[in-house]
Amino acid sequence: MNLAIRDIRYHRGRFILTSIGLGLLLGVVMSMGGIYRGLFADALTILNITKADIWVVQQDTNGPFAENSRIPEDIKYRIKAVPGVAEASPLSFQTIQIDRMGKPLRFFLIGYDLNGFGGPPVIMAGRNIRQKHYEMVVAKGMKMEIGEKIRLGLHEYTVVGITGKVVSSSGDPAAFVSLSDAQDIQFKKDNDAIRNDRERIGANLAGIQSLSPVQAKFLQKNISGITESTHTVNTVVARLAPGANLNEIQERIRRWNHFKPLSVEEQTKILTKGMIEKARMQLGLFRIILLVISAVIISLIIYTSTLDKIKVIATLKLIGSQNRVIVGMILQQSLLMGVIAYGIGYVLILSTYEKFPRRIVLEPFDLQMLFVIVVAICMIASFVGIRKALKVEPAEALGG
Amino acid sequence: MDKSMYAIEVDKLTKIYGKGETAVTAIADATFQIKPGELVAILGPSGSGKTTLLTSIGLINEPTHGKVVIDGAMVADEGWTPGLDLKRLRREKLGFIFQHHNLIPFLNALENVMVALEINHLSGAEAKNRATELLISLKLGHRLNNYPTALSGGEAQRVAIARALANKPKVILADEPTAALDTENGKNVMDLLKKLAVENHSAILVVTHDHRMVEGFDRIFQVSDGRITSEVCN
Ligand SMILES: Nc1ncnc2c1ncn2[C@@H]1O[C@H](COP(=O)(O)OP(=O)(O)OP(=O)(O)O)[C@@H](O)[C@H]1O
Ligand SMILES: [Mg+2]
Repeated sequence: MNLAIRDIRYHRGRFILTSIGLGLLLGVVMSMGGIYRGLFADALTILNITKADIWVVQQDTNGPFAENSRIPEDIKYRIKAVPGVAEASPLSFQTIQIDRMGKPLRFFLIGYDLNGFGGPPVIMAGRNIRQKHYEMVVAKGMKMEIGEKIRLGLHEYTVVGITGKVVSSSGDPAAFVSLSDAQDIQFKKDNDAIRNDRERIGANLAGIQSLSPVQAKFLQKNISGITESTHTVNTVVARLAPGANLNEIQERIRRWNHFKPLSVEEQTKILTKGMIEKARMQLGLFRIILLVISAVIISLIIYTSTLDKIKVIATLKLIGSQNRVIVGMILQQSLLMGVIAYGIGYVLILSTYEKFPRRIVLEPFDLQMLFVIVVAICMIASFVGIRKALKVEPAEALGG
Repeated sequence: MDKSMYAIEVDKLTKIYGKGETAVTAIADATFQIKPGELVAILGPSGSGKTTLLTSIGLINEPTHGKVVIDGAMVADEGWTPGLDLKRLRREKLGFIFQHHNLIPFLNALENVMVALEINHLSGAEAKNRATELLISLKLGHRLNNYPTALSGGEAQRVAIARALANKPKVILADEPTAALDTENGKNVMDLLKKLAVENHSAILVVTHDHRMVEGFDRIFQVSDGRITSEVCN
């Protein structure tokens, strides 16, 4: 006969309510762990889908995921020419927020070379981008339909395909357009601005008297060409040929000045250490606080239920119960409460995690660790109750 | 007389609560012997030391001075005999009945009796059989699955008696077992105890306030101010 279970059965209302409450708490703890893993997975998504070995970024920067990195598009030819490099492809990234049907739509726009790589990893519906202009492939998370049009910059873009779960390092869903479209959206000035610029350049050149009108015209054309150029990208990614030496190639690109070749490992470090570290610490802190709260709740519940049982405990001692019977009763109740709460939390999170706005990644290891921690907490939490119970004198069973 | 003839032997038992100026001598120099099967009542006013006498014999309250021998085993001689497993002695040799039935509220009648057997190392099935048998013999066969709150006072006290008897103790100690019952139920409980003393050959020590309840007892101790002032033998 198990006294812990009999007691719980008799007071099941209280026990169930407490377990549900604790279950919710543990569910939140699990979701926080999942959010952290999700942050990780999100941060590395683009890195992973690109499948590049080297990310060439602007010198003295940590690359487009950390800060502004701008390099000329045509550096791709030079990178491609490095021995050991199999492919090189330019990429452009920008975060865009527009209004769509009265609600803000925030997404991460990736421009890629249609003949290169770094485009949508899979096409789940529709097709990939085929035309050089005004077509886009969006991540499932953008909740857009094929055929839907949105205005970006100076033009309208049509959704032609849906890709899987691609998000930026900050969790915004991604959309893909051709590189030249992305460059237009990012850099192209509207016609008024262009006209203004041209006039200002013209006026400046007209002030230089030694220039003939023909020379001035020629210069104006050239300068406008440069200022209106949009052939800038954020990074050029490269894949190595089998057997190529990563370090050697990195060394070589570094010697060119102006560029910094980041390996995937370095890029991972930038993404995880720099960007997620704070979120990780914050989530970790919250998890600890919630676990402490759970421990306090379990202690209090076990302690008060021990106080309710003082007379029972005294009677048991008086009729000769061993201490282990009494300790066992309290400890088992505590453990049972923890395990049931864990189960409730687990079922809760398992049935809802896909509906969270942010990605939640449930790692078996994390869940197992949490289980061990919950068991430990239950044991520690039952300590106050057990101490109280051991102090009860059998004589307390006598009298009213 | 041979020592082992007695279920309980008490020699100059003294219990003093507290120390120095606030010390209270609750029992002073009590000396008596009780044979197996004897039914003894302890009568006395409130505060006279009846409960103290019972708990000192019952291995709950450490005697300050004097000797206590239970079923031939010296349990106290100027304090507990060193190395005693009091709990074990309590569950093997003693049965307790309280003023309030002290049943465990979250166990039904059957389980309340089983618990005493299981802590004494009976298996679940054996405990269940013995507890059922016992409760049926106490006319509680129809109440096995009732929780204490669903039992009448008399029924609950009979379940408590079954629990006290479960391990066939040599000594049964009852502290005002009828105080919470009406006269009729009280009488029934006392009659039951008398019957059990005879049948089980247990020594039964019953504390009571109520003179009317002691009819048919073998001996009656009158206690006042911590001393046994008179002893009546029937
Ligand atoms: N734990 C204790 N600490 C100090 N004094 C105590 C303690 N228990 C009892 N006493 C004192 O010892 C004396 C005897 O108490 P006891 O409980 O044995 O009396 P009783 O005859 O059982 O009384 P009642 O009929 O009211 O139950 C009383 O004066 C009481 O105040
Ligand atoms: Mg008393």
